[in-house]
Amino acid sequence: MARTKVAITYTSGEQVEVYRFGWPATLAIPLAAVVLQAFVPIWLPFVRIFDLPLLVVIGFATARRSPLAGLITGGCIGILQDALTHQPIGLYGISKTVVGFGASSLGIKLDVENAGARFLLTIFFYVMHEVVYFMIARGMVGLHMAWSWPQELLSGVANASLGVFIFMLLDRVKQRT
Amino acid sequence: MDVLGRYRNLIVLVGVLFVQILGLAVQVRRTTDNEPTRLIRIWAVGATTPLEKALVWVKTSTGNVWHNYFYLRGVRAENRALKEQIERMRLEQVRMSQDADQARRLQSLLAFKEQFISQTTAAQVIGGSGSEQSRLIYIDKGYNDGIRPDMAVITADGVVGKVLHADPANRHVAQVLLIDDQSSGVGAILDKARLQGILRGTPSGEVMLEKVMSDESVPAGEQVLTSGGDGIFPKGLLVGRVTRVTPGGDLFLNIRVRPAADLSRLEEVLVVTKIDERQAEAEQAGAARAVDILAERLPGVPSKSEEAGKNAEGAAAGPGTAETASSETKAAGTKSVGTRPAGLQTNAPSTVVPANAGSNAGSDAKKSTSLPPQASTSGIAPPARPSSVSSTPPVGSPRSPAISSAPKSGILMGTSSASQATATPGDAVKISPKPVKAAVQPKPQPAVEDGPH
Repeated sequence: MARTKVAITYTSGEQVEVYRFGWPATLAIPLAAVVLQAFVPIWLPFVRIFDLPLLVVIGFATARRSPLAGLITGGCIGILQDALTHQPIGLYGISKTVVGFGASSLGIKLDVENAGARFLLTIFFYVMHEVVYFMIARGMVGLHMAWSWPQELLSGVANASLGVFIFMLLDRVKQRT
Repeated sequence: MDVLGRYRNLIVLVGVLFVQILGLAVQVRRTTDNEPTRLIRIWAVGATTPLEKALVWVKTSTGNVWHNYFYLRGVRAENRALKEQIERMRLEQVRMSQDADQARRLQSLLAFKEQFISQTTAAQVIGGSGSEQSRLIYIDKGYNDGIRPDMAVITADGVVGKVLHADPANRHVAQVLLIDDQSSGVGAILDKARLQGILRGTPSGEVMLEKVMSDESVPAGEQVLTSGGDGIFPKGLLVGRVTRVTPGGDLFLNIRVRPAADLSRLEEVLVVTKIDERQAEAEQAGAARAVDILAERLPGVPSKSEEAGKNAEGAAAGPGTAETASSETKAAGTKSVGTRPAGLQTNAPSTVVPANAGSNAGSDAKKSTSLPPQASTSGIAPPARPSSVSSTPPVGSPRSPAISSAPKSGILMGTSSASQATATPGDAVKISPKPVKAAVQPKPQPAVEDGPH
């Protein structure tokens, strides 16, 4: 435990806060995100541009700052999201595993407490998520997909804007370790 | 050992990714239509649908309170407009029922089999997949409600999709694949051009009609209907309209279709749980006597009911005779509607869709059939109707003699088999049976059309 603290201090130059979430929040927030992602676009089609489960994965991963916890959280939420589609299970699972691992690893190195950093981080991980998803969907599953940088960047900005608010909400339920 | 500890996170990541990729590869390799639903999907659906149902309930309740008790602006005007629309549609329905009757008789002659949507189940949409690559919805009716895979799902506007999964494990939830998903396919036919193709979704959510040869002419705005060839959707259901036609890379056209049903805002749908397939029958065909047939073909003193019908129609109809009318050629669907008695009642079920399902059904509708002269297609005003008329009666149901006698006898004159259903060229009446759709749009044309006089 002491070794971990020293390592974090060394890499970031200061004591990095590590947070955790209670079990109710750990279960309820991802489930709510997946349900809303499936439910809201039926009445508000433009909401499809957002990826609420992805924002929750990034939020959890950057707060916990544990790569293992991040990849497991990302994998579980992604698989849950996959299970609601008719595509093979693993498309979202793999993408969000990578994002969860990356976000928590980067969270150790960077200060992700301010809104600007969160905004840029979310755009970066959104695009990474889409790239991984696109590669697996086309390469392994054989889905016909088109890639459009402007569209992906626009979606990234939209998700990052929403993400800043969601991270503020997550800040209220996270607990200092 | 120290290296393992140092790269522990990375090793775990690689391990987790490897397991998921392996699982994905197995699924891709084994994917078949008859694959049972995976347990994880059942759990996921079981975990999310109660929450979605609760959200739907809250939304519906709130909406009902708002719309039924507070927001009543314009309700009276809307009510008045709807009443007028109902009156127009009643007249239209009567005209359509005549077309349907005639089509049914012709189908009988040609030994067609018809498909009737005899039972539907209304369902509420409670959720979607949440993914652009998986365009499907969840409905609140499932296995226990009689929903089974591959059942057609429609709305009053048009085709929505088909049931993909309905598992006993999730008894009151079913998964519906929309027609704009890239893995869906619907047998379709262009309404006027009678060209058949396959309707498919694209990754961007558009709907394209494929396999139509590039040398064909397809105008924008043409209706696209189900062809019945896929064995899921009954023939004749409205799918959408052609919005753009461009030459494709191969020998086929790129035909973009806008679905008639708004697939992005579905709230309630109908699942077609039962389709009856039966031979079309001409009602009371055996009851016609030669003297009746002769009486209709010869000019003579009209019966009281005919007299009443003519009087109601006034001078516009004129005293046309069967002889003069028999030399006229008139397309089906432009028959005189005449003046209907007030209070005409319709007892038709809301979603009765007669459709042909023969192997050559697509091209059959294009054929024209020669028939002996009929009073209803000759420009003579039809006789007055009784006050209660079943607008789209099921095959075999008793009907008003005033409606069925004239056309029936005309057909019987021809014969007992399709090959003999011909008459002299002068008497020929060209018929192009039109499919009757679930949603009948009122046409702006006047209720009474003058036949040739």
